This record gives sequence, structure tokens and C-alpha cells, in this order.
Amino acid sequence: MTSRAGHSRAGYREEGRRDVAVVAFAQTAHVRAADSLSEVEMLLPVLREVLDGTGLSAGEIDFTCSGSCDYLAGRPFSFTMALDGVGAWPPISESHVEMDGAWALYEAWVKILTGEAETALVYSYGKSSAGDLPEVLTRQLDPYYVAPLWPDSPSLAALQARALIDAGETDERELAGIAARSRNAAQDNPYAQLAGSPAAGTLLEDDYLAQPLRLHDVPPVTDGAAAVLLAAGDTARRLSRRPAWISGMDHRIDPHGLGVRDLTDSPSTRLAAERAGLFAPGAPPPDVAELHAPFTSQEVVLRKALRLGEDTVVNPSGGPLAANPVMAAGLIRIGEAAARVSRGEARRAVAHATSGPCLQQNLVAVLEADGGEDEGGGQA
Amino acid sequence: MNAAPAQKVLSAPLVVEFPFTRSLGPVQSAFLTGLRERTVLGVMASDGRVLVPPTEYDPVTAEEIRDLVEVGSTGTVTTWSWNAAPRRGQPLRRPFAWVLVRLDGADTALLHALDAPEGPASVRTGMRVGIRWSEQRSGAITDIACFEPVGTSAPTHRAEPHTGAFADPVTGIVAEARLDYTYTPGRAQTRYLDALAGHRTLGERCPRCRKVYVPPRGACPTCGVPTGEQVEVGPRGTVTTFCVVNIKAKGLDIEVPYVYAHIALDGAGLALHGRIAGIPYDQVRMGLRVEPVWTEGGRHPDHYRPTGEPDADYETYKELL
Amino acid sequence: MSGKEPVGVIGIGQTKHVSARRDVSLAGLVREAALRALEDAELGWADIDAVVIGKAPDFFEGVMMPELYLADALGAAGKPMLRVHTAGSVGGSTALVAANLVAARVHRTVLTLAFEKQSESNAMWGLSLPVPFQQPLLAGAGGFFAPYVRAYLHRTSAPGHIGALVAYKDRRNALKNPYAHLHEEDITLEKVRSSPMLWDPIRYSETCPSSDGACAMVLTDRAGAARAPRPPAWVHGGAMRSEPTLFAGKDAVSPRAGSDCAADVYRQAGITEPRREIDAVEMYVPFSWYEPMWLENLGFAKEGEGWKMTESGATELDGDLPVNPSGGVLSTNPIGASGMIRFAEAALQVRGAAGAHQVPGARRALGHAYGGGSQFFAMWLVAAEPPVS
Repeated sequence: MTSRAGHSRAGYREEGRRDVAVVAFAQTAHVRAADSLSEVEMLLPVLREVLDGTGLSAGEIDFTCSGSCDYLAGRPFSFTMALDGVGAWPPISESHVEMDGAWALYEAWVKILTGEAETALVYSYGKSSAGDLPEVLTRQLDPYYVAPLWPDSPSLAALQARALIDAGETDERELAGIAARSRNAAQDNPYAQLAGSPAAGTLLEDDYLAQPLRLHDVPPVTDGAAAVLLAAGDTARRLSRRPAWISGMDHRIDPHGLGVRDLTDSPSTRLAAERAGLFAPGAPPPDVAELHAPFTSQEVVLRKALRLGEDTVVNPSGGPLAANPVMAAGLIRIGEAAARVSRGEARRAVAHATSGPCLQQNLVAVLEADGGEDEGGGQA
Repeated sequence: MNAAPAQKVLSAPLVVEFPFTRSLGPVQSAFLTGLRERTVLGVMASDGRVLVPPTEYDPVTAEEIRDLVEVGSTGTVTTWSWNAAPRRGQPLRRPFAWVLVRLDGADTALLHALDAPEGPASVRTGMRVGIRWSEQRSGAITDIACFEPVGTSAPTHRAEPHTGAFADPVTGIVAEARLDYTYTPGRAQTRYLDALAGHRTLGERCPRCRKVYVPPRGACPTCGVPTGEQVEVGPRGTVTTFCVVNIKAKGLDIEVPYVYAHIALDGAGLALHGRIAGIPYDQVRMGLRVEPVWTEGGRHPDHYRPTGEPDADYETYKELL
Repeated sequence: MSGKEPVGVIGIGQTKHVSARRDVSLAGLVREAALRALEDAELGWADIDAVVIGKAPDFFEGVMMPELYLADALGAAGKPMLRVHTAGSVGGSTALVAANLVAARVHRTVLTLAFEKQSESNAMWGLSLPVPFQQPLLAGAGGFFAPYVRAYLHRTSAPGHIGALVAYKDRRNALKNPYAHLHEEDITLEKVRSSPMLWDPIRYSETCPSSDGACAMVLTDRAGAARAPRPPAWVHGGAMRSEPTLFAGKDAVSPRAGSDCAADVYRQAGITEPRREIDAVEMYVPFSWYEPMWLENLGFAKEGEGWKMTESGATELDGDLPVNPSGGVLSTNPIGASGMIRFAEAALQVRGAAGAHQVPGARRALGHAYGGGSQFFAMWLVAAEPPVS
């Protein structure tokens, strides 16, 4: 079954590819430390929510894929215990990536594209509170030349911010504006950890955290989990009144070394967006962009790479500046973007996820509502 | 059903620490040995750029690159950030700037610390800096203690070919790594551990399949629903299978040989693990009936010993292996 | 365009597995396997559309998400890169994720690779980090699995010497495989049988070594396979199955996830009599007794009769169902790569490229991997002929 409706979403998607949609999304109310809960206790409610919401049992899911990180938990094989929350009996077709859940969603999407699955459950979780997150993240860096110096993640983001300011691409006031806008937007997001913000001018009176970044430029440390349900074609239409169709998805990685990259740009984001069809000729700009920009300055880089203009509302959920559960924050961007489409608040949305120091690896997904503008109509 | 009372959930420090032994490829070996000798080497990329620090493979074309060059020990800051509160393991104890420095003769930048005692106001992109060498050098990135300002000298150094050959080359580094975590086992395990303190073993029953989980993990793994109904199991149980351990496990102060067994406590839906004692190791058998033996201050039973009851019939525990 | 794109294995490379590769970095290790796979396929870095990498826990090397640092060495800059981690089965799962990228026509040619450099730390340290409040595991990795072996012995009344036969066979097979870690030229059955009993009923010689190593494959579509310089191995079936770590009613001797996974692969490949239709098996046997256990779990022997098959010599290199002609995990165990080595060795067999450990005329072979508490399974069936579509 390929598609009834390839052209009805204006033909921005690859010919002959199956239609796959996000049909359910759930996330925890994000907190600084969910220290009364084990990982599976934190995860279980969101798994139940997406399954119960669509009336499916675990046994009716064709494929399950999760994303999490042993280094975040401080324990090897930490994902094996999280599987307890799924109800993997009888045995299930299942996989795991040591990456943000956005990449687990990508693996699940590919699985559906092969035709071997009609539905897929994707989940991810992270308890950043377990360790000292900036210190833990230093273990991602070149183990010979960089990790021995233990450079913390806010400091590395600050190097990137400085490069942007030096290049005239932003200034501290604009960054404060991004912070204020994000956290004010989060006031409408019941799952956000931080909501509400003083005005940019007031924020600028604060001391620096890692000059040129202040506390408001930096994401909170967050514990949280998220789950997404994907479905193909008619199954998606059956499970959701308004499926958020994935019209394209791609991810790319840049070289690792900070000193060999132009930190003011993100070629991998641009290329992923191009391959995901974001810039397809004739395609309207996205109504909404959910960007996995943990630091304010990274939003500047991503807006440029994704060619986002005034027509696009960026991070109406508040984004990672409002809640940043590492390993789930990218998946949540896809879930939030899809939820806007499913609620009828956006016809076309772009979601982005990142991994690695200073935006090394990036994923872009384009989500669309049924029925292109040229055709009208769509699902009743 | 026993409603779980309001409880203080347990937490404890968890330290993950190991000295990793990292072997080096030839380019890394030359670079780090060079640092020991106060010589900075780069590598020529496929497009002619000089990469410092030198990578083994071209970041653009992935070709293996081996042509080493020597670059200067002074360079230009390409970007910086101010670190007002240095953390454990970072190059300097007092506030410093993180900098990316393009050394003279290089086309890419190296990350390190800049000692700037006059504070962030004295640091700017484009400023000239030089390496301050560590007094003790072993062939590691930390042989560069940090950078320091060197006035306004213009870059003069050009990359010169270098063989990369040094006497007594460094072939590996030891990377000490310690991370401190706080482990929180969650509500279900806390309930279990609280009861265990009173030498009672409380499992939790799945509301759907009715199996009793010991220790409870918060969810029934086959049904994917929370467990909550507490059920006391044991204290006696049955050895369902076992092995005889003949080599000392690291960090365990137990004389070998000893028996490591799966024990299904009476009423439990699956076996847990424990040591069998109070019986010669070669007389332990599947079906042996056992009970826990506690020692002063122990969180878990120290071991299990025979109760003297007749052995359990295989049919009664064959699904509890 | 309908149905899945056929997937062919056109390049295979591995390192010479040893206890410690002290002459290379992590990047140098993976690079060596990747280059050999590319050379086998006569392709360059530019021909690769995406990279899928797998390994076991990051604590083994002390690098969090090492693929970020390895991207440059694997020519991944500007490309998609995925990192799979499904415990011990990861090498197999990684290959399957890569194969799906081709099958779904998302990419045409994909490099997949798995590795472990155990000498950077100590696997037992990595596997047994103490978790507060939990009762420490009272035995090493062998001690974890030995009680299940005893349960198998009890259930089947297998005689005690079967495990030694497996180890003796696999170590002799390894002598024919230049990449195998253990090359015990003077191995005898008597030596295996008299080696120390570590975790009774498992003897020292019936356990796997700790290795540094990497394995890589190039997977491609029908058009790519048509251009390949050497015969491809075609993927006829692939599946993953998982069940919980510990649960009431779990059969750790013959886990249902394993038999379900095999059944799915056979269904995809149209195999109804695996013993007759499959010519060689590379199965994940970290302790010798797992050969008879898996023979039953995978449907090659009736329940309780796997040991008879081993005892009969059927699984020897010249038997009617050679198992682990490469020497298997018992001879080579770079943990995260071990599953992919099984998959790659199965592919080598049907390509007729296994050299001295070639099973003559092998047309269909099964690659098998498992991990965690006998809970994660990944398998593929490869054949010399392309699938009928």
C-alpha cells in the first residue's frame, strides 16, 4: 500500500513512499528531579497514555524502538529495565538506539516504510538529575584531545555564541529575547518545567554564567520521558482524526572537532532539511518550528540553516529552554510539532532534534496535515 | 490492597570511576609525544589545510592523513567564553577563558584554557596567545598547561614538514574518569527495601496477570502496568537451579567454592538470586528447601541455608528457574 | 514500486581480533574493518550513503556516544549516522537496521559496523558497576549463565561432556579462520575437559575470550549488487525479538523471543525445514552449552535433543549442519561486534568467501545474536540467490 494521498500534500514527499503519521504523543510533566521515581516508573504513564489513547495494546504494536543513554543513568544496559514498562510479552519486535528518541522515531519510520510494520511505538527518557549533566556530557568529546580537559557544555555553547556575536549574527539582547519568548510561550504548556520570564532588558541585568551566556540562555536540567505512536496509511486515519503525516525526515552529522567546524553555521541541519523536503519548490513555509536548541544562541544557527522567517512560529511549546529532558527533548520536538498539526493549529510544521557538542548531529522532520492547500478538503 | 504509605524514597551516591587505557594511532602518538617535547605538530589535510590538533582522518574526505607539520606555539583566539567557576578536572583552578586557538601555521583551532588574570575584559577574539607548558609533561593534551596572552606580535610561524619521530614515543594515555551520580531506585524498590529492613520480603502483585514480583520493579514486565498490591512472600523458598562458583569474583569477600543459586521464595512468581551455605557445596541440589540467614546490618540476607524439609518436586518449580 | 528492495551484502571486513590492539586508536580500529569492507566491495567513502554503527555499553571504552567522535573516521560527515545498542545482540540488530534503510529505499548503499575495544577498560568492571541497594551479583558473567546451563542439563539429561565437544570443535574451527582471536594450535579434547571448572557446570575452556575487534559490512540494493565485483549474499529474512529481562514464567533455557525470532526469519525466507534447508549457522555461543540450547530454540533439533545433534558431529565443519565454522564467540568476543561477526560470517559462507572454514556449497546460512538476560534476539538468513520478488 503506497499512498492514496501523495499529491494531496502537494507532492513534497518522495514518490512511492508509504504514508506514515504521528497519531499519538505523550510526555511527562517535566521536573528538575524526578527523584522519587525509577526510570520505568517515570516512563510508564506516558506509555499508557499513547496506548490507551489509541485503544491499542502492546501486542498490537508491530515495532517498538526507544532511545536512552547509559551515561546519563550511570548504569550499563539501563534501557533493559525500561522495557518493563512496555509489557513485552509475548515477545515484541523491538530495537534501541543510544541516541535521542528522535532517532528512535527515525528507525521506526524506516521500519514502517519497509512494509514490515503498520504501527510503531517510540519512547525515550532521561533522568539528567542523576549526574552532573555538564560534566557527563564531556564524555562525548574526543577522548584523546578534548575530554581530558573536561570542558562543560555551557562553556562550549558559549564559544559558539561568541562566534555568532563576533560574526554579527546576533547579540546578547536578541539572545535574551529568545529566552523570554520561549519561557513566556511555555506558560501555555502544562508540561513545561520553566514558564514565564522577565523582559529581555531585565534578563540582561543578570551576571554571566559562561560569558557571553547568562543563566537564561541555558536550558534547565530536566527529568522526563515521552512517547509517540506512528502508523501507516489507513491505520493512521483510523487511529487519529487528524494524523500528522511525516512528509519527509532526514538526519546528518558534521565532523566532530569544534575547531574544524564553522560554529556559526549548521551544514548538517541544512542538508537534512533539504533531504526532508523542507525547501521543496512551491512548498509554503512551515507554520510552526519546534527546534531542539538547548541554548538560545543555537536557535540563531538553526533559524538560518532552516531558512525560517517571520511566517514561522518558533518553539510555541517553549522548546528545550522550558524543559530539556536529555534523550527525550528531540523526540518531544517531533511530538509537539505533530500535536500542532493534529490540533489543526498548523498545516505544515518542522521539527528538529540535535545530538553532540554544538549541534554536531541534526535531524529534521516535516509534518503536514491532510489535504494540500491546492486541493482543499482533506479528512472530515 | 495495602496502599503504599507516604514514604521517603531512597537515594545513594553512585560513583563511576575508571582509569581508561587508551592506545594511540601514529598521528596521535606523534602529536602527544611532541607536546611532551614542547613541539606542536599538525597534519596536512587532503585540501592542503593544516589541522591542529591533528586528526587521523580527513574530516571532509575521510582519507587517512599522515603528513605531519610543525606549527608555532603562539596563535590567535578565534572564539572564547569565560569560565567564572572552574569545575573538577578543568585546566585551571582560578577563573579562566575557554578558547579556540588557531596556532600560527595552522588552519583549524585547538580547544584549551586561557589564563587571563585580568578577567574577561582582557579577552577578545583575535588576541594573540601562546602556550604555557606544564612543568611535568607525559605526552597528553594537559602538557599544555594553558594559553597566556603574548601581546600583539603578528603571526610569523609557517608550517614546516616534520617526521613525527621522537625518542621514546608515547603510545598510550591513561584517562582517569570519575563521574558522581545519585541513584534513586524509585518507589517500588523503596517499599521493598523498607520491608526488607524488618526481614520481611514484600513482593508486588500485577493487577492483570496476578503474578507476584520479587523484588518489585514498579511495573509488571509482561503486562506493562504498575504493580502496587504488596504481598509478603517467603521467608522459605526452593533452590530452582544453581552453579558452584570456583573463582573469586572481584570485590567479593567470599571463600570459594560456594553455591550461587536461583531461589523461588514461597509465593513469588519468579526466582531471586542468593548464596547457599550451611551445607557442603557439593550437596546442594535443585529442589533444596532453604531459608534466609541475616547478619547484623545487612540489607539483604547474607545467605540461605537448608530448612531440613524434603526437597520440592521439580514440577512445582520448573517455571521458576 | 512495491514490496521491499532486495538487500545484498557486497562487502565484508573485520580486524584480526586480539585481546588488546595497542597500536590503534578507537578510530583506527573501526577504520580497519570499514576499509576492508569497502575494499571487498571495491567502493570508496563517497559511495556510502549512510553509516549505522553498534556497540555494547559505552562504559566499556569510557566514551559516551562514541559515534560522535568516530564520524570523521567512518566518512560519515555530511551523512546520516545511527547508533544502535541492544546489549549483546547489538551487532546483529545494527546490521538489520542498516538493511532496513536499503529495504525501505531510503538509501542505496549503507556501511554498517560494530566494535568493542575491551582493552580500554575491563569488561567485568563495565558489566558489574555496583548499583546501590541492590544485592551484588554473586558471580561473574559465567556465573550468571551457569544456572541456566544446569537447568538445561536437568531438563534434557544431557551427558556432561557435550559442552567440551562444542568448545573443542569451535577452537579447531578458529584455526582455519585468520581473524579469530584464539588460535590454540595444540588444542585437544582432553585439554578442554580437564580445564578448571569455573562456574560448575561451566569450565574455563568453555567460556569466551575478551577481545578488541571490529566488523563491518557494505549493504546495497539490487542495482548496487549488480555492479559488485564479487557475488553478494542476499538477505532473505531478518528479525529482532525482545522479551523482558526477568519475569514470571520466563524460560531462560529456551526463550520464546528466540524461537519467535527464528520463526519470523524462516517465514520471511520461506523455510519450513530449517535443519534440511539451511547449510550453515553462525550462532552466538558465549558458553559452549549454548550450542545445544540454541539448536533446540532455533528449531534445528527437537526439544531436549540439541545435545544429541552436537554429540553426533552434525555441527562439525564437515557435518550436515555446521555451526560456527568461524570458531564462533567461543574463539572471538569483541562484545558489541560479536553479533555482527555472526551475521558477516553467515554472509561469507553463502558468498563462498570463507576461505579455509568454508562450508562446501553453502547456499543458505543463518546469523544469530542474543543479549541481555537471554532476552534480545537478532537474526538474519542470507542466501547465494537473490530473493524472488
